[in-house]
Amino acid sequence: MAHELLKRIRVAVLGVVLAGAAQAATAAESIVLASTTSTEQSGLFAHILPIFEKTSGISVKVVALGTGQALDVGRRGDADALLVHDRAAEDKFVAEGYGSYRRDVMYNDFVVVGPTADPAAVRASSDTSDAFRRIAGKAATFISRADKSGTHAAELRFWKAAAIEPVGQSWYKEAGTGMGPTLNMAAGVDAYTLSDRGTWANFKNRQNLAILYAGDPKLFNPYGAILVNPDRHPHVKKAAAERFIDWLTSDAGREAIASYRIGGEQLFFPSPR
Amino acid sequence: MSGGPGGGAMFPIRVRGLCHAPNGRELLSGVDLDLGDEGITVLLGPNGAGKTLLLRALCGLLVPCSGTLDWGGGARPERGVMMVFQNPMMLRASVLANAVLGLKPLNLSRHDCRGSGMAVLERVGLAHRAHDSARLLSGGEQQRLALARAWLTRPRLLLLDEPTASLDPSATAEVERIVREIRTDGTRILMVTHNLGQATRLADDIVFMSGGRVHEHTPTRRFFSRPQSDEARRFIQGELPWRMSF
Amino acid sequence: MFASTLTDAIRLLATFDHRVAEIVGLSLQVSGGAVVLGTLIGLPLGACIAVGRFPGKSGVSVLINALMGLPSVVVGVVVYLLLSRSGPFGAFGLLYTPLAMVAAQTLLVVPLMAAIARQVVEDAWQRYAEELQVMRFTWWQSVTTLLHDCRHSLLVAVLAGLGRAMSEVGAVMIVGGNIDRATRVMTTAIALETSKGDLPLAIALGIVLIALILALNAVAFGLRHWAMRRYG
Repeated sequence: MAHELLKRIRVAVLGVVLAGAAQAATAAESIVLASTTSTEQSGLFAHILPIFEKTSGISVKVVALGTGQALDVGRRGDADALLVHDRAAEDKFVAEGYGSYRRDVMYNDFVVVGPTADPAAVRASSDTSDAFRRIAGKAATFISRADKSGTHAAELRFWKAAAIEPVGQSWYKEAGTGMGPTLNMAAGVDAYTLSDRGTWANFKNRQNLAILYAGDPKLFNPYGAILVNPDRHPHVKKAAAERFIDWLTSDAGREAIASYRIGGEQLFFPSPR
Repeated sequence: MSGGPGGGAMFPIRVRGLCHAPNGRELLSGVDLDLGDEGITVLLGPNGAGKTLLLRALCGLLVPCSGTLDWGGGARPERGVMMVFQNPMMLRASVLANAVLGLKPLNLSRHDCRGSGMAVLERVGLAHRAHDSARLLSGGEQQRLALARAWLTRPRLLLLDEPTASLDPSATAEVERIVREIRTDGTRILMVTHNLGQATRLADDIVFMSGGRVHEHTPTRRFFSRPQSDEARRFIQGELPWRMSF
Repeated sequence: MFASTLTDAIRLLATFDHRVAEIVGLSLQVSGGAVVLGTLIGLPLGACIAVGRFPGKSGVSVLINALMGLPSVVVGVVVYLLLSRSGPFGAFGLLYTPLAMVAAQTLLVVPLMAAIARQVVEDAWQRYAEELQVMRFTWWQSVTTLLHDCRHSLLVAVLAGLGRAMSEVGAVMIVGGNIDRATRVMTTAIALETSKGDLPLAIALGIVLIALILALNAVAFGLRHWAMRRYG
């Protein structure tokens, strides 16, 4: 028994050492992709990256942050490519010369999530602005990402469209955290929040939460891929990063994205050509 | 251990007007003392007489507030003075490692240290326990180990602070035997004890201290037969407060 | 809710696969590396502060004690800025690698280990100082002698460092990036699973983490006990 255990420990230690060595060996063939918590936590990368790695031999290391943080990481040159969702900030990033170019990759949509009891009657909303006005009108607790992510940027856009200034209101809680933790908080206190569909679909700790409003074209959530500008950061692995972006927008990549489903539901849609 | 300790002049040691008064409390008030270059001198006196303080001043642990220490016409030599404390410290290591501790500042080779360490343990009767943990030794054995540690550095002056304070008669006899051997090796010894029997057995001369001052410094036999000061007379008759240990 | 989460977690423990072993292995490598460096730097540093006599000694002691509570996130941000491509050490390309995580955790455990070592060595120094002084030990000889003599007590410092390194999440998350199969360790994996609302998996990983730390402590306790009996 003890002997068997020892043997197992030895195998495990060997495995760890080998894993370390393998990591070092493949290090030359990897790129760093700064992306969003929504894509990571929805499980998309776990589905598509192995497909890309098999065909290209390039491993993609994903650092999942809010869109704003991911853009910062790109600005400092700490990533080779970005996959984010805040169109205005992305265009600015490229215009300022931090990125070489931006490509449409895919889209999904935002959903308004809240307690099934729905005290603000968001289910009956006519459009997104109406939904947000109903929440504010009932002073129902709303949890904001407040982390400069793409979802946070979209949420602020929706408040503005509804002509409401939520910041500073007692019912408006700024969490300053990722999508998942924000959903955990909302589930814990029966609050409303805005989520991307991908994270919501893969989220397990829903408790009383449900989708209360979705489907408005305004809730459209496009993701773009950006190559970090090698002229500004010469160490950027241009060839490998471009190969990844090309693959994402190729037929094979589009198919991989479209085939990711949770419970039969497709979460991301390749952008139209 | 063969061959006497070398080095330049160190004796006679002349102590003149040594005072120590921390926070206004006078503990040494003008100690005068002369020490020649051989023999065993025993410091006697009641508790609080300043005996330990004098030893500490001699080995450099105590900086007196006034008075002079003259070592054969110069300053105290860098090496050659060693002290064994009442409760010597023992490292969490083997007996041998503790014995050779004093050699560490000399940067000798490990092999040399080991050889001379074993030799000195042989002489104090601890060779058979060389590889045991020093902290597991009895009080008497620890005191012998501390003597071995000091001896190994070949001091020219060895200061002993009540080396047999809490030992039984046989352990005391063993320590006394080692002290004599160290002296025969050419080391000058100044020791504090409360054991008058021990003083008569070991001492060539006696220094009697009381109240932070030396009252007399005479050969042993004369001290016990014809003490010159009243304090010494009363001390011998057991009228001053001091710990019984013989 | 809590009970069902816990039972789910225990059920998951039975089905752990090599992916989890990889994460556990990386945790041990990163935190182990940081503690080795922390031992080499922190323990002598603490001993030097204990033995040394220099102006501002008490100030340094207070500072080291205060740094024990250094937030790991702060260390993470500082190391991130240093290792970032735009930072002073950017040319090495260490950000988002296990080495960066080792560096951050080393910074985190050095003050903790130094503070404990200072306390332990200072106690021994008070007892040994005079005798070592009479034997003409140099300052550095005293430091090495005391470090060796306190080795069993200093195990506590090593354990504290290991516990801190293995349980912190802020620093490794920022400088490692929690990259799957590259820089994902137990704590960042727990944070991720919590984010995904997969609480049973998060707790299962937490149980593994606690079990590991417990096992390491048990081994160290046994060692110390044995050493105490051996050396007194």
